[in-house]
Amino acid sequence: MTGALLAIVSVIFFPGIILRVKSIASGRKGPGILQPWKNIILLFRKSSVFSTTTSFIFRLAPAVYLATICCALLLLPFPGMPSLLGFEVDFILFAYLLALGKFMFILGALDTGSSFEGMGANRKALYSMLTEPAFFILFGTLVLLSGHLSMQEIFSHFQFAGEFSLITGAIAIYLLVQIAMIENSRMPVDDPKTHLELTMVHEVMILDYSGVDLALIQTGTNLKFVLYGGLIANLILPVNGGWFAANVLLFFLVQAGFAAAIGLMESFRARKKLAKNPQFIVTLSSIALIAFIVVLLLTRNLLR
Amino acid sequence: MIGKNPLVVPLVEIPIFDYTVFMDTIADLMKDESRHCVAYHVVPLHGKLRFFCCMASDHEKNIVLLSHEQNTSPLPVLPSLTAAHFLFHMYEREIWEQYGIQFIGHPWLKPVRVVEDYPFYSIEGDGVHEVGVGPIHAGIIEPGYFRFSCNGEKVMHLEIQLGFQHRGVEKLFLEKPSGIQRAVLAESIAGDTSVGHSIAHSQLMETLAGIISSPALQCERIIALELERIAVHIGDTAALCTDIAYQFGQVVNEALRTIVINTTQSWCGNRFGKGLVRTGGSYYPLKKDFILLLLANLKEVEERFGQITHEIFTNPSVLSRFEGIGKVSPHQAGMIGAVGMAARSSGVKRDIRWSHPFQAFRKTTYEPVTLHQGDAWARAMLRKLEVEKSIQLIGNLLSGHDFERMPAHPVYELTLPASSFALSLAEGWRGEIMQSAVTDEKGNIMNYKVKDPSFHNWMALTLAVRNQEISDFPLCNKSYNLSYCGHDL
Repeated sequence: MTGALLAIVSVIFFPGIILRVKSIASGRKGPGILQPWKNIILLFRKSSVFSTTTSFIFRLAPAVYLATICCALLLLPFPGMPSLLGFEVDFILFAYLLALGKFMFILGALDTGSSFEGMGANRKALYSMLTEPAFFILFGTLVLLSGHLSMQEIFSHFQFAGEFSLITGAIAIYLLVQIAMIENSRMPVDDPKTHLELTMVHEVMILDYSGVDLALIQTGTNLKFVLYGGLIANLILPVNGGWFAANVLLFFLVQAGFAAAIGLMESFRARKKLAKNPQFIVTLSSIALIAFIVVLLLTRNLLR
Repeated sequence: MIGKNPLVVPLVEIPIFDYTVFMDTIADLMKDESRHCVAYHVVPLHGKLRFFCCMASDHEKNIVLLSHEQNTSPLPVLPSLTAAHFLFHMYEREIWEQYGIQFIGHPWLKPVRVVEDYPFYSIEGDGVHEVGVGPIHAGIIEPGYFRFSCNGEKVMHLEIQLGFQHRGVEKLFLEKPSGIQRAVLAESIAGDTSVGHSIAHSQLMETLAGIISSPALQCERIIALELERIAVHIGDTAALCTDIAYQFGQVVNEALRTIVINTTQSWCGNRFGKGLVRTGGSYYPLKKDFILLLLANLKEVEERFGQITHEIFTNPSVLSRFEGIGKVSPHQAGMIGAVGMAARSSGVKRDIRWSHPFQAFRKTTYEPVTLHQGDAWARAMLRKLEVEKSIQLIGNLLSGHDFERMPAHPVYELTLPASSFALSLAEGWRGEIMQSAVTDEKGNIMNYKVKDPSFHNWMALTLAVRNQEISDFPLCNKSYNLSYCGHDL
């Protein structure tokens, strides 16, 4: 439960930090840290407008999207504290909860019947499909290294694998950051700032949403960031010997660092050509696979 | 009839050919690849339709003026020039739209500026779908409708429908009798090329009236023109960075553009140079203190622009977005009669500043920048190189600038010669700007024709996105940055 609560607390400053870092990197002062949430609260106070071509699926999608992410949050562990719903192989539920949300989100976009949204949905589906192996191979690696199956156990035993945990941890953090960027449709696969419908992935899918529904989606997207940030924090936070308070502080620092890293990544590079995105995403799976094989060889050696 | 830019000829001196002879002459002229048509339009004259055609040569630096005459009733049905020379396709469509003249053998006579019931080309087939964008777009751009026929993410064909901005500019030129109204109108043909269009206009009026502007005035006009070019090119570099989500390049270039347009503002009070170029004189002669400011600002812009373009053109993620995107081959560019930047980035050396020098360019030698790649990279790079060249050029012009003790004031009441045809060419930042007028027996303007470079170059965009990904369209579009209102008039 602690993990979920801390993640919800960190979501308050998370989008603000990204925005602020991007502003500073571009030589501007930037808005206050809470501005993104002020915008979302403003949306919550507005009513929604629905296109006449849409059905109940379109209206259902934002709620399901947010709900699945909230459920996934309940699986987020914290060192020394059990997650609310943790059980063996819970990372599979974790991945498919998010997938269910995306599925509904894609259906909602297709429901509008707009050629733009269809294009965005098509891209989103492809990227999600390609990201999935990377996530599972990564968790397979962690399972292999720690010898446990639930996320809580994986993370609490992961650090005892000696120097292997260092190298695997580095790869895992890299992969989780990239997966989070793809899942949230950020750079380099998508550009959240663009106004060009033809190049959009995520933004074009929410074109028809307004008011409360848009606010639900944006809340969900921000929560998804801290969800992945929480996983990264679990890799970094010391399991034993740390005080609870130090761990909490570290958790927030990791989230803030993650947000700052996103801001920097989005400031100093161009996004990829859309056709090259699948290639890039598949690379993540290959990296995960290499890590997996290396760990496999090493652990078998260790056993002998 | 052979002349030079700008051109003024009494109507009686223009040979009227039989249409078959006219066609043969055009075919002959078109054998020279450096020749392209700068104007082909109809003027109703003495109850008949008079067709004027101006063929400009890039190398021989001359303009050949031809004409033929047709009856108004019954309307003639003419063999199309487009069938053999594709670059006439827009001219013939325009003539068909305005006068109802049929051209046999034209691939598709479809409207240029009429937006109702537009006949779209559509591709049928498995997996082919259409994506329509516009006419109202996100952001602040002008209206225009794009219809893509796609197979998955691949664009098979792009159809561009324009005309939403049609204001009847050419007609307004006849309705507004005073010189100042016309000058303001010329500035508003395309808001981003106000200096370019007003130079073409002033030059046309001066040529007609026989006024020879002073060297200092000519020099100032070119400085204004190059300032406009620098500002727009830098702004476009920023916009290209925006489209590929390269924030760093975007913000730095946006700041630099502001320096340049603010410089223009401190010169004439308007950031886009409105009010700066006027017939026969100027309200804003260059003053010493402004020259110092101009030089200081340009020095700063040159230095910072050099740094940021170095960053842009060495950043791998940027290069991978620019290189090979939206290629237009030199052959294609020549075929569609591309002008200006669209031509030069595709290896066609076509620059009015060099081929048909106007104003102060008559006294300097300008060597155009040409790149052969024809992709988005070339169009971005061309901007960088042209900015550098323009800054140099302004420096050269200023060093030889002779201040006038008694600067001439603009002249709005002009006496124009009777029954004459005049043509003026200028190279705006986008490319060749053509303005042409015909006067009646009393010396009043009875026909005014404007051609913005976008008139031809929209076709280049269509070719650029063919077989590209649909998601690369915005980048291709921005790399050309064509004018909607300049096309729609």
